[in-house]
Amino acid sequence: MKKQLLILAVALLSASGIARAVELLNVSYDPTRELYTEYNAAFARYWKSKTGQEVEVKQSHGGSGKQARAVLDGLEADVVTLALAYDIDVLAEKGLLPADWQTKFSNNSSPYTSTIVFLVRKGNPKGIKDWNDLIRPGISVITPNPKTSGGARWNYLGAWAYAEKTFGKDEAKTKEFIGKLFKNVPVLDSGARGSTTTFVQRGIGDVLIAWENEAYLSLKEFGADKFEIVTPSLSILAEPPVAVVDSVAGRHGTRPVAKAYLAHLYSEEGQEIAGKNFYRPSDPKAAAKFASQFGKVTLVTIDEAFGGWKQAQSKHFADGGIFDQIYTPASK
Amino acid sequence: MRRILPGFRLTLGFSAVYLTLIVLIPFAALTAKAFSGSWHHLWEVVTSPRVVASYQLSFGASLLASLINGVFGFITAWVLTRYSFPGRRVMDGLVDLPFALPTAVAGIALTALYAPNGWVGALLAKVGIAAAFNRLGILLALVFIGFPFVVRTLQPVLISLSEDVEEAAALLGATRFQTFWRVVFPAALPALLTGITLAFGRALGEYGSIVFISGNLPFKTEITPLLIVAKLEQYDYQGAAGIGLVMLLASFGILAVVNGVQAWNARRIYRID
Amino acid sequence: MAGAIQDLTTLRNATRPRRATEEGPLVRWALILVSVAFFTAFLLLPLVAVFAEGLRRGAALYLQTFTDPVTLDAIRLTLITAAIAVPCNTVFGVAAAWAITRFEFRGKQFFSTLIDLPLWVSPVIGGLIYVLLFGSQGVLGPWLQAHHWRIIYSTPGIVIATVFVTFPFVARGLIPLMQAQGVAEEEAALTLGARGWQLFLRVTLPKIKWGLLYGVILANARAMGEFGAVSVVSGHIRGLTNTVPLQIEILYNEYAFAAAFALASLLSLLALVTLGVKSYVEWRARQQLEESQS
Repeated sequence: MKKQLLILAVALLSASGIARAVELLNVSYDPTRELYTEYNAAFARYWKSKTGQEVEVKQSHGGSGKQARAVLDGLEADVVTLALAYDIDVLAEKGLLPADWQTKFSNNSSPYTSTIVFLVRKGNPKGIKDWNDLIRPGISVITPNPKTSGGARWNYLGAWAYAEKTFGKDEAKTKEFIGKLFKNVPVLDSGARGSTTTFVQRGIGDVLIAWENEAYLSLKEFGADKFEIVTPSLSILAEPPVAVVDSVAGRHGTRPVAKAYLAHLYSEEGQEIAGKNFYRPSDPKAAAKFASQFGKVTLVTIDEAFGGWKQAQSKHFADGGIFDQIYTPASK
Repeated sequence: MRRILPGFRLTLGFSAVYLTLIVLIPFAALTAKAFSGSWHHLWEVVTSPRVVASYQLSFGASLLASLINGVFGFITAWVLTRYSFPGRRVMDGLVDLPFALPTAVAGIALTALYAPNGWVGALLAKVGIAAAFNRLGILLALVFIGFPFVVRTLQPVLISLSEDVEEAAALLGATRFQTFWRVVFPAALPALLTGITLAFGRALGEYGSIVFISGNLPFKTEITPLLIVAKLEQYDYQGAAGIGLVMLLASFGILAVVNGVQAWNARRIYRID
Repeated sequence: MAGAIQDLTTLRNATRPRRATEEGPLVRWALILVSVAFFTAFLLLPLVAVFAEGLRRGAALYLQTFTDPVTLDAIRLTLITAAIAVPCNTVFGVAAAWAITRFEFRGKQFFSTLIDLPLWVSPVIGGLIYVLLFGSQGVLGPWLQAHHWRIIYSTPGIVIATVFVTFPFVARGLIPLMQAQGVAEEEAALTLGARGWQLFLRVTLPKIKWGLLYGVILANARAMGEFGAVSVVSGHIRGLTNTVPLQIEILYNEYAFAAAFALASLLSLLALVTLGVKSYVEWRARQQLEESQS
């Protein structure tokens, strides 16, 4: 079907005789910069050889929620590749793309997945093995603010999922666990990269809760001799979704190339690039190839553990939600 | 009576139209947004304990920072306009640095300096002072960004102050301090007030540099602009506009008072003329 | 400007000792010491930190930052933005200061307060208001979209946001100065037959030019360094809608710390160049003054 689409696209383009360069705008979240820099070059080569057409993909990166809002307010994104489905749902609600967008590509439209792990200082001096070590007194935990950062919401939900399993769905105890965890947080940065900088550059904190791909990238950037990665026993499966923004791509006349752009993420080449950038490829073959680079972990999905993003959002992160309750003085 | 000078309609007309386009119409949109949904929600948002705590922090820290700048800014402006010493020109030029440095960079640079492992932070840590990721950090950043306002509004006035007046005061037997306190200071006061007011206003809205150095802990080091961003992140445009409007009205009130004092002061001076 | 007048003053003072208009040496040096210490702690150290971090990985890498086409695009956009925003606000500032300091009219107080408003507004709100106005869900958004006009997430939006944040500087710099100077000279010129533009260009402008220059320099520096408001309306498209401050943030977030600080040092250098220009203008002005006197 993808092939047919491509052929259709080629036919359309050659028929109208406009085989000139096409431009796409990919609006993405923060940690994907390195991934898409590499992927865009690969896709341009692929598309050129397939259709003879030059394609230039422009990138915009920022916090996931902020990026979705920009698209909502008129940033002309042909495709969005965000941190959580909730942010794309908001776009669908406003009619920028169909409500069933998540069925357009396989794997819930997530060509790659990731999870939440811990980055600790070399030699793991505080002996951090799992989530329950993070609530020990005297442990300083760095995580961004779930109110302003998409990645931080995954961190929070990972901790929640672990506590819920440990306490057998006892919500009061789970809440207490989360409360203790956040009392160990001395700095709540507004974004994931800010937290990484606080931990790595400023030397604050014993452990950084981070995207797996971010943690591995930090090791690569700052040297494996300074930090190491601890994979907890249980964590959350983060599925960063992708979608064509139908209304914009329709207006630009870029729908075929936008679809091909996202579809190619699932190809062997796309999966390889994702794996090389420390994302877990969704294709089983590619996943097997990169399995050895990741730690072993039981993963729960947001749908299983939280009944989907909408519910998680309103219960935990909305105003007056559980995250706010942790910080209200009464519970101190 | 002053209408004998030309250009009243041209200048007022042009500036009024420009002001309307750039400031008034967009703010009408902001106000409309704040009141677009239920009043109940709006009220709940702008009076929630966490938001109120952030008002206290934002207004308190900004006031303190602008007063610190008032004192040191006055001294600096005085030194720059009255004395000559090695490095004066360099210093004069670098006063504008906080403007030229993007706030985000300022935040990063200040954090790099004052964090426990930074140049200054390490020294302070030895005497038991933590200067970053707490309220002191916020104050440091606010002093930094507000500094040029006081100096730059004072400088032209201190220069244009005619020396004859000071000479006259001296001839009449005033001591140097009396000359300063009775002659120079009153003349410079409007500019000083303007400078402090501007520094205060700038500090109140500052976001870029603070988020790096404050730590952003709710009820402790969370400034109001950060909460606006948090509201936007939840697609709560109304709440964001509401908090923005509260800040705006509060500062508008303070500003009106300061301008009123200045106008009164200006009238007083003209009457002496 | 401080320099020019200061030097003239010291020159005159050297010939005529005047105790009571000067402080004693002890007071003077104490004041200098205080201001230099404050200045060093708050301004000099951050600046040194910026350059030190920028050069940490060596000069080659430092220079390499400025060959990146995306960075060059950001520099170009910043220059365009300042080139539009600053002149607009200069004209406005002079007009507003003239109206406020030369005439009495109803609502003057309110008018003058409104001018300061942009300074008081959080840059986040400063950007948000234009999103609310021009965004596709905003008041004018659908109409703009129908006519294929892009304002926000494009250069016009960035320019408007910059105009907004630099709005009060020129006016604010001029109003206290023109108030202090009074109108006697203009009125005298008027009785001598000067009219309209002639009056402004020949009498007022020479009097206010230093204050005006300060205002312009401030507005320019702020225009080039603005982050918050521009960040909201930019859309962060690389090579298209990123200004220098936004590009610095991007580099920083990509862990290219040295490059980020290198670019930041460029903005600081820019301020230093502006300072050089300012000194040159002062020097020329002083020469002209001396020539006219001889």
